[in-house]
Amino acid sequence: MRDNPLSICEREFILAAVEIQKRIDGREPYDLRKIKITFGLDYGCCHVELGKTRVMAQVSCEIAAPKQTRLNEGTMFINVELSPMAAPQFETRSQDLNTEITRLLERSIKNSRCVDLESLCIMAGEKVWELRVDVHVLNHEGNILDCANIAAIAALAHFRRPDVTVCGEEITVHPADERDPVPLSILHMPLCVTFAFFHNGKCLILDPNEREERVMDGKMVVSMNKHREICTLQISGQMLLEKDQIFRCTNMAVKKVIVLTELIQLSLENDSNARAAGEKFGFAESVETNEITTEYKEESEVDMSDIDDQVVMATQNGNSEDGSIEELELDMETKVTIMFEGTGMIGQGGANTWDMDEDMESDLTEHKQKPQANSRSATIAKHIGGDLSGESEEEDTVMLQQEDIGLQSKPIISSEEPTGNEIDLTAALAKPRGKKKKSKHKH
Amino acid sequence: MAGMELLSDQGFRIDGRKPCELRRIQSKLGVFGKPDGSAYVEQGNTKVLAAVYGPHEPRGNIVKLQDKVVINCQFSMATFSTGERKRRPRGDRKSMELSMHLQQTFEAAIMTELYPQSQIDIYVEVLQSDGGNYCTSVNAATLALIDAGIPMKDYVCACSASYLDDTPMVDINYLEESSGGTELIVSILPKSEQIVFLSSNSRLHEDCLNKVLDMAIKGCKDVYLCLDETVREHMTQVSASFSAD
Repeated sequence: MRDNPLSICEREFILAAVEIQKRIDGREPYDLRKIKITFGLDYGCCHVELGKTRVMAQVSCEIAAPKQTRLNEGTMFINVELSPMAAPQFETRSQDLNTEITRLLERSIKNSRCVDLESLCIMAGEKVWELRVDVHVLNHEGNILDCANIAAIAALAHFRRPDVTVCGEEITVHPADERDPVPLSILHMPLCVTFAFFHNGKCLILDPNEREERVMDGKMVVSMNKHREICTLQISGQMLLEKDQIFRCTNMAVKKVIVLTELIQLSLENDSNARAAGEKFGFAESVETNEITTEYKEESEVDMSDIDDQVVMATQNGNSEDGSIEELELDMETKVTIMFEGTGMIGQGGANTWDMDEDMESDLTEHKQKPQANSRSATIAKHIGGDLSGESEEEDTVMLQQEDIGLQSKPIISSEEPTGNEIDLTAALAKPRGKKKKSKHKH
Repeated sequence: MAGMELLSDQGFRIDGRKPCELRRIQSKLGVFGKPDGSAYVEQGNTKVLAAVYGPHEPRGNIVKLQDKVVINCQFSMATFSTGERKRRPRGDRKSMELSMHLQQTFEAAIMTELYPQSQIDIYVEVLQSDGGNYCTSVNAATLALIDAGIPMKDYVCACSASYLDDTPMVDINYLEESSGGTELIVSILPKSEQIVFLSSNSRLHEDCLNKVLDMAIKGCKDVYLCLDETVREHMTQVSASFSAD
């Protein structure tokens, strides 16, 4: 299946936005998307989310003969899978992209010698460890390479190989229950940072998403480690650059790489602490199952510093005939909360103005009676209750989801005795209805 | 590699060159009759043949582009080009990568908008490989494109550089390339000094990048002089043969 082409309007919109340093997802030009690194139950399994781009890397090892040219070094093999699961167009024309990503990963990780391959030698010239890094792209939302590189490095750093003892000619591989597996020695962490160029190299953004990737002139990949060493550098695409632009990119890449390295180390630490303390770890812990992922909208800051006054003016004008300006202003004050200077939230605060019938109410009470029977409806019930506290709906959903998960993890307690949550619900239900009538009256 | 001195105390490299010295470049245009343009370039022991066909109607499964010409590049290395016999001349990952890089380089340099709905083929064959395959291929393909009379923004010249003992070295050979040191490959348009392609391998400290890049760009300009001389010589010969008729 071929991917849908981008419309000319969209293309021009993105280009125009980039020119005035804006991006379609609300980021600043040099911002990375949110990164989440999670590790699997097994050693050497890592799942990285960069915005909505998702990559999983799995490291495995086996004993094999060394290469004839390097007799006392282990070997490493990197394999990238671009399945149609990530994006439908990968079914057909992924060959070029696959080669590009694989080669860049090889150059970034293998050629920079970040894994001490000599320590993977068991018996010189006869038996060495053969590492295999399988990188699976699960979802393609742009910048697969950076995401894959983080996943591969984190997986290598997380990986433990079985311990081996050599006695004369005899090699014993100890299973994990006999001897603790040994981590690989990672000498440094090369991380890729991708820059996209627009308008023949004039405009520059970091971490392009899928749409930006489609309209960019070309990109520059810089792979660096935190010691400010460049491991791989590549410019590709049909653009012409000046020398200064390259140095600008490398300078910026250093800062990002330092942040990323810290993030990886932190998540590695968290994982090992969780393992040591016997807490939950692995994907089951981190994957939020009870969430509708498709409609989930991340909260983003909207610059409303210049809008506030206008809104107040407009509402005042509209309601001037009613003669209830004072009441309205009073209401405005209580309902709209400005969290920080210059930020605002659409749909935040205010009473619930959705029409609510008697049916719905009875529905909710029904759910209240059997709260754990259907966790989804329980969420809805609490959701409505949450409106009272004057927080935004989106924020509410996320918070309650977490509570919800907490509840689910100890289902026995909550099902046996009704918790405080449910008692709150009735109170919550009653009040929005009252407020709703009031607001209707005003209009 | 132990026991091998890539840069001697006297400041000479393994093949007797100074750090800022290029290998000898020999080049020739119009070496084949069949293609629209062809060239042969020797840089030291690296020998490359390039042939250009087109612009012509797109063939096979290549989709026409409405606004520009499709450039199709094929990089292959003869099975006898390296020390160990290669199993297959093309199709492995490294040569596919190089084909892609060549394609990107020439898409940026050729005035692609002049020939919409057509195709240009660039075939590059490495006859003998002694490091700098990409660079020599680019130089050979540039000459072949000039021979074919395809409009370009400028010559595209490529050169590699390395860094050893605080000394940047230009145009590195196979031994220097495979010793695990840095390899920086640049191709530029020499008149405007704009960078068309840049790629680097192995670790290099950020502070040294400037020096190495400068050295490589200087190398590219030197290559340009050699190539330009060949083209001018070729043109005088051709015009002489016309006027003789």
